[in-house]
Amino acid sequence: MEVFMWIVQLMASTCRVSTPLLFAAMGGMMSERSGVVNIALEGLMLLGAFVAAAATDFTHSPVLGAFAAFMAGLIFSIFYAFFVIEIGSDQIVAGTAMNMLALGLTPFFSKILYGSSTSTPSLPIEFRFQYAPVWIAFGVVVLCWVWIVKTPFGLWVQFAGEHPEALDCAGVCVKRVRWMAVLVGGGLAGLGGASLSIFLSSSFSRNMTAGRGFMALAALIFGKWKPIPAALACLLFGFSDAIQIRLQSVVLWGNEPVPVQFIQILPYFVTILVLAGFVGQARAPQALGIPFVK
Amino acid sequence: MIFFKKMIYFLKPLFSVVLGLGLGLVITKIAGEDPWNVLQILLKSAFGSRYDIGMTLFYSIPLVFTGLSVALAFQAKLFNIGAEGQLAMGSIAAAAFGIYFPNIPFPVAPILASICAFLVGAVWGAIPGWLRARRGSHEVINTIMLNFIASGLTSWMTLYLFRNLDSQNPETKAVGAGYWMPHLKIFGESPVSFSIFIALFAAFCVWFFLWKTALGYEIRAVGQNESAARTVGIDSAKIRILVMAVAGGLSGLVATNEILAHAGRFRLGFSPGYGFMGIAVALLGRNKPGGVVLAALLFGALHKGTSDLDLETENVTRDLSQILQALIILCVSAEGLWSFLLESSFGFKKKKKSEIRTL
Repeated sequence: MEVFMWIVQLMASTCRVSTPLLFAAMGGMMSERSGVVNIALEGLMLLGAFVAAAATDFTHSPVLGAFAAFMAGLIFSIFYAFFVIEIGSDQIVAGTAMNMLALGLTPFFSKILYGSSTSTPSLPIEFRFQYAPVWIAFGVVVLCWVWIVKTPFGLWVQFAGEHPEALDCAGVCVKRVRWMAVLVGGGLAGLGGASLSIFLSSSFSRNMTAGRGFMALAALIFGKWKPIPAALACLLFGFSDAIQIRLQSVVLWGNEPVPVQFIQILPYFVTILVLAGFVGQARAPQALGIPFVK
Repeated sequence: MIFFKKMIYFLKPLFSVVLGLGLGLVITKIAGEDPWNVLQILLKSAFGSRYDIGMTLFYSIPLVFTGLSVALAFQAKLFNIGAEGQLAMGSIAAAAFGIYFPNIPFPVAPILASICAFLVGAVWGAIPGWLRARRGSHEVINTIMLNFIASGLTSWMTLYLFRNLDSQNPETKAVGAGYWMPHLKIFGESPVSFSIFIALFAAFCVWFFLWKTALGYEIRAVGQNESAARTVGIDSAKIRILVMAVAGGLSGLVATNEILAHAGRFRLGFSPGYGFMGIAVALLGRNKPGGVVLAALLFGALHKGTSDLDLETENVTRDLSQILQALIILCVSAEGLWSFLLESSFGFKKKKKSEIRTL
């Protein structure tokens, strides 16, 4: 019975810690299926986390906080989309710059608003989400699947990523499709950040995403850019994170607990192993990373 | 016309810097500061006295190493975001070497420790190189994951293996006395040391390696057109592993500045993000060693300049440095904007992009 409870708890906590990854991976999928690499996921999440914490602190409503995070991700993506779609900047370089910008802007505004550049004030439990984001995250995965496989707009997005010239011939504006996909993707990544700061913890703290944006990207690649497999990959990373928390202070051999540092690196290690070992012949969208020039 | 083009080649980065700095300073207006005042603080803090100039140089040296590391990888079309982890591993290796062999006399000790730092950094860099070349997983994600792993490993080694029990700070024991590099006395009390010459020498070596040796030619060939390189019989997998290893080694040499000249020990979290700043340095320096040295000076000055903002202004913190860097990179990366402007005003031909990245 005890083992059973332990497993149930582990599963529940896996779902909880996977939530930010699920949102971010779906956001990344939108943008990458349309042909735009999105390294900026990390920065979008960080910004979303900060905006959600600040907006919730201001309005006392987590729903408004999450909405603000969505909008923040969307607005931040406008800059990114402008640079990579309109100007044709290198997408990895511009994405890295966006990450740095988020890393600098969040403490900058935190300092202005709260006088501290390390964290925002802690939110009481009634201003935070309890379980809702988990369900919303799974809902978003299903929606993304329906959207990309079953709707005309999803088909446009796929064509924008696979063969933009064909889409152009069909009379659809490739750039507009990419714009839409990147903006919505940015909003979703913002929601992912929000679920970190107003769901999994009680405030925003400096660089709190700690590589989750990149893990979401890895999950996306592992899931071969498909919504359901990518979501499963997120759950795998979430599982390694959940087990990491439980393994701390557990004695595996000898009489000393395993050093906490070894356990903390587990999710990162799993990410590398998964990418190196199991991806196989993943085929990225054909036109991924190539600016469309008419 | 050629002269004109050349001039634009040099003016573009300069213009990007001015534009990025300008935008960043305007942002400080939101924090209720006078941008002009902030600029003055930046300049005074970076170049105000001999000591300040020394500190600027001290911050520039690691940036030369990490900038070279990123730039070298870029020449083979590899994006090394892992300089942060590589420099941490290299530094702890140098510190560990100095703790295990404290009695080695002066000229030999720092040389051996530097070699040790280079080698361990190289191993840490070769891992994502190998993963990319043999397993096909992208180096951007792997290097970032390895940064986190390096931070965990160095933290464990610092706290469990080499802990300095006399101090409250998370740091290792001190290295032997023979390991200290001589400081340059002109810069007062600042910790600028002989390491600056190692940095310049490294820049020269990278230039020589890339543009004057056959191997360097192969590296650039792989970077510019992999399938063509493969056709003429260049083993691109081997080149990629080699490039990432050397890049990691260069990052590891940050130890010469931090461990062997400043702290004498490994302090947890000593790097304020040198590895990530190296990306900005390499981009601004156009991935050329000479450009990297100049860009490192600029970003070193930026880092030193912003470090006084915490005290001198009410609302602007040193995080401004991060914002300024990001804006400068964005302006540099907006190459298309330049060619667009040039095309419309001077009729230059637009370059066609044919590069494919899968991520």
